Amino acid sequence: MSDNKDKIVVDHMDLFYGDFQALKDINLRMPEHEITAFIGPSGCGKSTLLKSLNRMNDLVEGCKITGKIEIDGQDIYDKKVDVNQLRKQVGMVFQQPNPFDMSIYDNVAYGPRIHGIKNRSALDEIVERSLRGAGLWDEVKDRLKRNAVGVSGGQQQRICIARALAVEPDILLMDEPTSALDPISTSAIEDLAMELKENYTIVIVTHNMQQAVRISDRTAFFYLGEMVEYAPTDELFATPKNPKTEEYITGRFG
Amino acid sequence: MNERSTHARSRGVDHFMTGIFYIVGGSAILLLLVLATYIVIKGIRSYYPGVMGFTDAGIGNQLFNTVYLVVLSLIVSVPLGMAAGTYLSEYAKQGKLTEIITMSIEALSSLPSIVIGLFGYLVFILMTGAQSNLLAGAMVVTILSIPQITSTTRDALRALPDDYRTGSVGLGASTFQTIWHVLIPACIPRVVTGIILVAGRGFGEAAALLYTTGQSTIIDWSNWNLASSTCPLNPLRPGETLALHVWMMRTEGSVVQHSTEIANISSMILVIAVLVFNLAARLLSARIVKKNRGA
Ligand SMILES: Nc1ncnc2c1ncn2[C@@H]1O[C@H](COP(=O)(O)OP(=O)(O)OP(=O)(O)O)[C@@H](O)[C@H]1O
Ligand SMILES: [Mg+2]
Repeated sequence: MSDNKDKIVVDHMDLFYGDFQALKDINLRMPEHEITAFIGPSGCGKSTLLKSLNRMNDLVEGCKITGKIEIDGQDIYDKKVDVNQLRKQVGMVFQQPNPFDMSIYDNVAYGPRIHGIKNRSALDEIVERSLRGAGLWDEVKDRLKRNAVGVSGGQQQRICIARALAVEPDILLMDEPTSALDPISTSAIEDLAMELKENYTIVIVTHNMQQAVRISDRTAFFYLGEMVEYAPTDELFATPKNPKTEEYITGRFG
Repeated sequence: MNERSTHARSRGVDHFMTGIFYIVGGSAILLLLVLATYIVIKGIRSYYPGVMGFTDAGIGNQLFNTVYLVVLSLIVSVPLGMAAGTYLSEYAKQGKLTEIITMSIEALSSLPSIVIGLFGYLVFILMTGAQSNLLAGAMVVTILSIPQITSTTRDALRALPDDYRTGSVGLGASTFQTIWHVLIPACIPRVVTGIILVAGRGFGEAAALLYTTGQSTIIDWSNWNLASSTCPLNPLRPGETLALHVWMMRTEGSVVQHSTEIANISSMILVIAVLVFNLAARLLSARIVKKNRGA
């Protein structure tokens, strides 16, 4: 189904939190301009894998990784890699909307600013483009000075998406981005994800099987730290090869 | 039946304890009110023309010295305390060193201020060979203030949601950028509350300054040459603070004309100032709480 080249390659990757092995021998190739969904029961390691794609796990004391993760053919755990540059390239949206305690404008302009853009009109332009990208511009253009913490949850999450888009990443990682949102905000974000894949490569963690079916091109099913099955989404849901996968997607556990 | 009587008994105990707490709390308020009213009334009664003047007959100079000393000390203690608090919250790993630092800070904050005053005398006066001066006093107050600013900053940073950190770092910000642009601004209101309390304490400090600031104030309000010992802004001149002045006026200085009135009025100003500082800090933190709730 896809001739797109592989954007992210995870190769024989193990991850340990201290003595506890959270991920076991993960092998996964995620093509460019597609949405890959991670599903699986709570605690199976979805967030852990997602966070290792932009090295957010570096912040966790005692977290060790073996094996390889490549983005555009570059080993991201190589010593030469500038972590901050990597995180700029690989944006992240979290489960709980987490705008900073600042105006909507400053939230979106935060990333460009720390990466050195000072020019006001350049920032204005980036803020508008990012908010449009996140489908929020028309709703907030008259109140950019308002504190981002004061708007609705769905809007906060889209501010966070705009904030991530503003640093011009080419990969977007989303960890259950809609689990704290109402159905209307959820479908707005799903639509947005499908638009964004034209320009970005998206990896999304979700507990919502329908969501995976609706928006993703490929789905990986995880169980107890292992990747059990990975296939094009329609295939995985129509004809799961592994009995565990079948049990999970038919709702018999999880 | 039995159960009900236990119930009634525990309710009785509850009422009794509540009553005790009301009495204790009420007495604290009463004590403060009586004390403050007494001091304020005595202060007002002691008023005489020229008391607020900037001459030997007034306390203007001492008031100025006090404000200046507090400002000088904050210039040093705020950056140092905030840096130390930031280090403890954001950089320090759990371990022996951190534990030792934390313990030292706690010990430092519970030392009697007279001890710190003597230490300041040793270091800033004897070891530098300087005469008594405002800066030395300011440094002593700085030592007194740093522990509180450190722990306020540390606690304010720790209270921030981790989301702020992950959100910022996830955009490619360095740890320092995250601290400087997101975390510190978000905890400024709490830190400012702490700083106001510290300033209030510095304002009323006497014991710690006994050996450092000197007991005289000879300044010339037309002399703005910083190097001159009579320039009001020269931090290396002696400069008695208001709290010290009260002590002086009731001891050696009690022969001075109006010494009793001066002590009464100075006390009133100190009490009012400390109340205002505390009130300001309360109002500020109440506003923070409201803002956090009402988002
Ligand atoms: N910082 C950490 N330190 C130690 N163990 C951790 C840490 N974070 C996660 N774990 C453990 O690693 C395993 C995988 O956790 P992870 O958060 O990746 O699961 P998940 O699939 O995202 O679950 P959920 O669906 O509940 O979000 C769990 O057993 C969890 O307890
Ligand atoms: Mg998770």
